Amino acid sequence: MYPTEIDYHRASSIAEAIELLSQNDDAKLLAGGHSLIPAMKLRLAQPGLLIDISHLEELKSIFVSGDKISIGALATHAQIAASADVQSYAPALASAAGIVGDQQVRNWGTIGGNLAHADPASDPPTVVLAYDGVIHIQGQSGSRSVNAQDFFVDLFATALEPGEIITRIELSNSSSAKSAYVKLSHPASRYAVVGVCAVLEMNGSTCTSARVAVGGATMKAVRSPGAESVLTGSSLDDSALNAAAAAVKSDIEEFLIGDMSYPEDYRQAMAGVYLKRAVHAALGS
Amino acid sequence: MQVKITVNGTLHERDVTPRTLLVHFLREDLALTGTKIGCDTSQCGSCTVHLDGKALKSCTMLAVQADGSDVQTIESLAQDGPLHPMQESFWEKHGLQCGYCTPGMIMASIALLENNPHPSDEEIRHGLEGNLCRCTGYQNIVAAVKNASEKMGG
Ligand SMILES: Cc1cc2nc3c(=O)[nH]c(=O)nc-3n(C[C@H](O)[C@H](O)[C@H](O)COP(=O)(O)OP(=O)(O)OC[C@H]3O[C@@H](n4cnc5c(N)ncnc54)[C@H](O)[C@@H]3O)c2cc1C
Ligand code: FES
Ligand code: FES
Repeated sequence: MYPTEIDYHRASSIAEAIELLSQNDDAKLLAGGHSLIPAMKLRLAQPGLLIDISHLEELKSIFVSGDKISIGALATHAQIAASADVQSYAPALASAAGIVGDQQVRNWGTIGGNLAHADPASDPPTVVLAYDGVIHIQGQSGSRSVNAQDFFVDLFATALEPGEIITRIELSNSSSAKSAYVKLSHPASRYAVVGVCAVLEMNGSTCTSARVAVGGATMKAVRSPGAESVLTGSSLDDSALNAAAAAVKSDIEEFLIGDMSYPEDYRQAMAGVYLKRAVHAALGS
Repeated sequence: MQVKITVNGTLHERDVTPRTLLVHFLREDLALTGTKIGCDTSQCGSCTVHLDGKALKSCTMLAVQADGSDVQTIESLAQDGPLHPMQESFWEKHGLQCGYCTPGMIMASIALLENNPHPSDEEIRHGLEGNLCRCTGYQNIVAAVKNASEKMGG
């Protein structure tokens, strides 16, 4: 199906993209297009102007600076999955990027577009939240940074203001932590029905700090403070995992979403199961 | 809008409306109907082509986005010459029944082997997750890709 009539402009700088975005109420940024174009084909989105930012080279790079890794908004899922720096600093992000959609989607979809779109069934938001990432944003009035905790606001809603663009995503070095992302994929689209990311700091067999985030099952990526406090200080044995699974299920209760194929209660139950799997995957056990 | 897109080695300059999807540009403006459209949701992969060397669902990109790019479609594989080893393998191993998914399946399979010349059956199945087939049950598609990887020196 055809999208509705649109104008198209290829931006040659971030400043130009921001300027056009601020001047046109019905304009939208276009990165990989792998959320926006499908939505336009279904007429769920009908922007008047597309500002194609996909040629802005400065937003494509991934680099390490001190104890942080900085990922450009235009880095594709395939690029992130293959990056040795991401594999070392944020291994669960590399592995999550490697199971987004399919090879065609990973070649073109970008992390910036993914976070901005805030589809509840996306993978990167859950992982960026569990790593306590920071989203760097630029707008007409300058630059600002938003913690992942504050970035995801609601279903398809983020802290981005009109006229703003995500430039980079920054994560702290988690190479000493044990981390993993696991998901239950939708069989046709591969989107997450439930996705769980666990980031665990270990001292011997004791977990000294845990961060747990859930997506897919919930209207936005959310942390599970209950599971985090149960896991912290435990040796991640079966009784701790059972208690953490119960805590996840109750923490996500108010955020649950569902559909005909995967109702809320099923997703809620699976979040508990996938939390345990995420911990096992992180520990390699 | 004026676009310049190289398709199967030939540069095409055309005037397109921005909402034209690349797949419609290929099929309707250039009459390259080997590339199929099997869904409205970017899920089936029957429209798969290579854009600047990377597999793409051509229903999920506007022709204007491809301005300045290089596209390879199924028609590029055996231009009046012998079949590509992947095409031969689909033939030999019965990797198709109705054939509707086949052009996309072949383009995706070639991209898969470029990234992983020696895939296991499991890796082939995962690698082709973006391509749906309603006929074969995939068994013979996996066999065809395996066969092609051997033929292509894998
Ligand atoms: C068949 C299929 C399967 C998929 N499966 C999965 C999956 O399993 N997991 C998953 O996580 N995703 C999945 N996706 C979505 C995919 O990851 C998208 O590529 C991604 O969500 C959006 O990135 P994009 O670059 O394509 O963004 P676009 O589609 O170009 O843009 C999406 C939105 O973000 C805005 N935007 C883009 N870039 C920026 C920026 N830098 N700053 C501010 N706003 C911006 C746009 O204006 C638009 O509103 C799938 C997509 C398809 C088609
Ligand atoms: S027609 Fe492109 S994915 Fe189905
Ligand atoms: S051969 Fe008929 S859809 Fe694949």
